[in-house]
Amino acid sequence: MTAFASSWRSAALTLAIGVVLLLALPGLVDDFTLIQLTIYAVMAILGVSLGFIWGFGGILCFGQAAFFGLGAYTYAIAVINIGDSTIPFLLAIVVPALFAALLGYVIFYGRLSDVYMGVITLTVTLILFNLVNSTAGPEWKIGSAPLGGFNGIPGIPTLNVPGDPDAVLSQQSLFTVSMVCLLLVYAGLRWLIASKLGRVIIAAKENEQRVLLLGYDARVYKLICFSLGGAIAGLAGCLFANWGAFTSPTIFGLAMSAQIIIWVIVGGLGTLVGPVVGCVVIQWLSTQIGTQQTFNSNLVLGAILVVFVLLVPRGIVPSLGDVIAAAWRRRRAPAAKQAIPAPLAPTETAG
Amino acid sequence: MSTPLLETRMLNVRFGGVHATRDVNFSLQENELRCVIGPNGAGKSTFFKLLTGQTKPTSGQILFRGKDISNMQPHQPGQLGIGIKTQVPSLFNGLSVWENVWLSARRTNPKAKADLITRDTLERVGMLSHKDNLAGLLAHGLRQWVEIAVVIAADPALILLDEPAAGMSDAEVARTAELILEINRQHALVVVEHDMSFIRMIAKKVTVLHQGAIVREDTPDRVMADPLVQQIYLGKKAH
Repeated sequence: MTAFASSWRSAALTLAIGVVLLLALPGLVDDFTLIQLTIYAVMAILGVSLGFIWGFGGILCFGQAAFFGLGAYTYAIAVINIGDSTIPFLLAIVVPALFAALLGYVIFYGRLSDVYMGVITLTVTLILFNLVNSTAGPEWKIGSAPLGGFNGIPGIPTLNVPGDPDAVLSQQSLFTVSMVCLLLVYAGLRWLIASKLGRVIIAAKENEQRVLLLGYDARVYKLICFSLGGAIAGLAGCLFANWGAFTSPTIFGLAMSAQIIIWVIVGGLGTLVGPVVGCVVIQWLSTQIGTQQTFNSNLVLGAILVVFVLLVPRGIVPSLGDVIAAAWRRRRAPAAKQAIPAPLAPTETAG
Repeated sequence: MSTPLLETRMLNVRFGGVHATRDVNFSLQENELRCVIGPNGAGKSTFFKLLTGQTKPTSGQILFRGKDISNMQPHQPGQLGIGIKTQVPSLFNGLSVWENVWLSARRTNPKAKADLITRDTLERVGMLSHKDNLAGLLAHGLRQWVEIAVVIAADPALILLDEPAAGMSDAEVARTAELILEINRQHALVVVEHDMSFIRMIAKKVTVLHQGAIVREDTPDRVMADPLVQQIYLGKKAH
């Protein structure tokens, strides 16, 4: 990572761009596009959740969709029962976080290897898929909320102003809420990464044995990281349920989990902006490819992934960062040469 | 005599058919400096792994300040005040030299104090000018010093150094010896080493391990003159 990428200036720049988009986009685009942009923002939160635990905690979770789906279902069931969306919104974050904590406890305290991490998270996702999928009958309900099995839960009430169930958010407000959530998640994680907790999480990814020898219980730090990832994915799931007023078991599916991993790989592992960029680019491409019939869209997306893994293995954001940094140095080099006597110039520009 | 800082009683480890540590009774006083020598496979690294909770003893006890620590989790020795520099430098390669040391200092100290300790420690080992370099890109000798800095930044009561002078030039070896003697003013140390000239520079008392057991414990000169030690360690026949 370049010094700029980890500096507060890059965080401020990213947030500034985010705020400009947040304020300008609703006035610039039509309603249909705004709905599209809302889902980009929601999925970007999901992408960041995996980008954080994988890129910074070294935890490759094949089942990030499990927490996403759990967030969506928790919100749907709670809001149908409660009416006011305030508590359901919070539950949609807390329940997936607790589920991640439980799963993480088994994995990290059982000292299971990375391979088992992948197998377990993937299996849990598929179990949830099958479980929810088989709840179609009218006898499957929690309170007054029918689970709906493979039909999913339709007509999920949209978020309202906290404490006022009648003040339901408009489509435009939902975009604002989603963008604000994305920006808050980004800012919060940037702050966390710079803190002691974040430094230890990164250190445990780098060299777990050294972390232990320093006296840090690596399991605790991994567990916190994994649970946070679950909480953030749950938040995305809640917003997803709001976006379409609908949730179904397909969000627990294999395709969903694989997609999140692809966003992170394409956007750039080890950054927080990368998963956002990867998510938006891939989703936009999926939509564009979907409008034509010549090529199968999955085939095209698969080809794109292969190209990235082979030619841009670090992803869009880190590679672009390198190009910009190199151009920046080139621009400054001639200036330095003019200012300094020729023999000294090379050492000056090297630093 | 007061309670030793570290004591092992009839410590044994077996890995399947291999008896890696045999009936080891080892004792170290506060602020003592002890060198442990022995040929490859004598059980030196296993002994360090036992002291840091990375390997569990088959039988016997490890006491740290009188407290039984035989069945610790790997993160607990660090919390008790045992620091180790492993044989192969084990650093956070993707983090800067500063961050490596800072993480060690920060565990028990507030941020401002951790910053101060990090600066002092890096100055002490002569690595302050490298503070922004990535640990993974340093030359071998410099990595050894960074790892020593990482260990002392946590201010442990006992420091275990596994081959601190391995792969160093003569000048670096001499500097490392100086550094160890300087560290010994505040900390007890156990140093595992192969290099006899290095041991002569630092040791007052040497423990000789052979096939997992302690066979001699004496001053460096007497240990090296010992026919048994010469036979097992230097591969010479005793006459």
